[in-house]
Amino acid sequence: MTRSLLSIAGLSAVSDRDRGAPILRKVALALERGEVRGLVGESGAGKSTIAKALLGILPRTVRVTGGTIRFEGRDLLTAPAAVLRQIIGSEISLIPQDPQTALNPGRRIEAQLTDGLRLRRGMSAREAHARALTLLEEVHIREPDRVLRAYPHELSGGMRQRVLIASAFALEPKLVIADEPTTALDATVQKQILRLIRGMQKAHGTGVVFVTHDLGVVAQICDSVTLLYAGQVIEEGRTADVLASPQHPYTKALIAAGPRYDRPDAGLKPVPQAVFDQLRAEIGIT
Amino acid sequence: MADELLTARGIDLTYGGNRLFGGPGLKVLHGVDVTIRRGETVGIVGESGSGKTTLGRALLRLVDVSAGEIRFDGQDITRARDGQMRPLRRRMQMIFQDPMASLNPRHSVRRILVEPILLHRLASNGREAEARVLKILDRFTLPRAVLDRNPHELSGGQRQRIGIARAALLEPDFVLADEIVSGLDVSTQAQVLNLLRDLSRDMGLAMAFISHDLSVIRAVCDRVYVMRLGKVVEEGRCEDVFAAPKSEFTRALLDAIPLPEIDPGWLARKSPLEEAAAAESLPP
Repeated sequence: MTRSLLSIAGLSAVSDRDRGAPILRKVALALERGEVRGLVGESGAGKSTIAKALLGILPRTVRVTGGTIRFEGRDLLTAPAAVLRQIIGSEISLIPQDPQTALNPGRRIEAQLTDGLRLRRGMSAREAHARALTLLEEVHIREPDRVLRAYPHELSGGMRQRVLIASAFALEPKLVIADEPTTALDATVQKQILRLIRGMQKAHGTGVVFVTHDLGVVAQICDSVTLLYAGQVIEEGRTADVLASPQHPYTKALIAAGPRYDRPDAGLKPVPQAVFDQLRAEIGIT
Repeated sequence: MADELLTARGIDLTYGGNRLFGGPGLKVLHGVDVTIRRGETVGIVGESGSGKTTLGRALLRLVDVSAGEIRFDGQDITRARDGQMRPLRRRMQMIFQDPMASLNPRHSVRRILVEPILLHRLASNGREAEARVLKILDRFTLPRAVLDRNPHELSGGQRQRIGIARAALLEPDFVLADEIVSGLDVSTQAQVLNLLRDLSRDMGLAMAFISHDLSVIRAVCDRVYVMRLGKVVEEGRCEDVFAAPKSEFTRALLDAIPLPEIDPGWLARKSPLEEAAAAESLPP
């Protein structure tokens, strides 16, 4: 049996700030090599908490109470810090949400793009510079020489997100966590960035966990999808199946709630209270 | 024409600039024409930096235009002073993007809703004002208990409904809604948009609905203005513009919206505008 790249089982967590309220409830999720899995849900669903758990950056107020996160068979939750340092950042990397704040405003792009190459891969300054140039070309940035010398504020939002994608793929990770990477971008730029992430992921055979609240984005970029509500998996499967024949009433309702420019009469149907009541009963929220 | 409520003709707007030393400033609106008729919901759509928010603010005279003319209900308000604007203020209301920032965090919902009614003398005493407030809470399916809460104790959808209620209570003729659903989850978004649609129909309200999201615009607006770099690039009835966009830019905006159904060609499909841009480069 081939081992999954990532397999999460029974992952549960509570918030200490909120009197021990559960924020993840026995979450299970598997990801194969080269697969893009969408992690969708509305605010409070727990999608970002899962992303943070994968990167070992859960806030102190969040306590994991059970379950495993196996990355190539090793449980990240029990792995010693030294092992985690080897894995996170190098084999698992992040494309963050907000390209405005993710880059250090006081350092040139080159410094930020070559840190990992020099520290983790032991490259010389010259080698790292050459690699950074190739990376920027790969994410379709013109005049990569000038961009390397630039500071983040000189770049547009879309360009900054390209730099961050280059940085996420720089160390040839096996798994990339994309945390709402296009939410802060204009629609036309979003499309370019989605295309780029898909292209990079295919070229490198990288697994991607793609956190988003947008089912349209899921439809266009994810092979499979996991839908969460209040920290619990509500539905999961191949994207085509879930969108074409959703099983859970909540999934159906979410698809019907989004307005659609091509079908003004469909869409914009609020999720019925009965659906929320059913969800709460299933999950056991009183 | 009598049914025109709010019109802008050839407005230019420059931020900054220096009259004394002739600094150039940044011109963000270039000869924009907009007409909003009574009872009509008009969408203003564009990407960041297109000038849509500035245009909205100019229509309400919250920023001064550098050229052109703005008329409200037949009256030229382009250079109206604060005192001349004051009687009109009740009639032109605004709903903001972030209710957390536009509702006073230290005031109860009661105070937030009752005070403007008294201020504009739409009720003779507090009790009468509160009766109006209760009526609208019922209509907005908000529990009466919210009156004694402060904004941070409400959910995002509830807060946004309070923002709408505050505007609606003053019985305005015109409401400017600037990206009012972009911070909401889709399930709440649908609820708020339906509410707004019913409200504008029942009150005969004219509305300018600013959004970056063409799907949202299509759902609530009668007509749409598409803006790019401070200019209107396309204008028309929603049915027409969405069915057959004339501008290359409108088409690019529509192409960029991912729909929740598998479309194998979508990701690779490039609009002619995108082809022209090809790759991003630094400004020289």
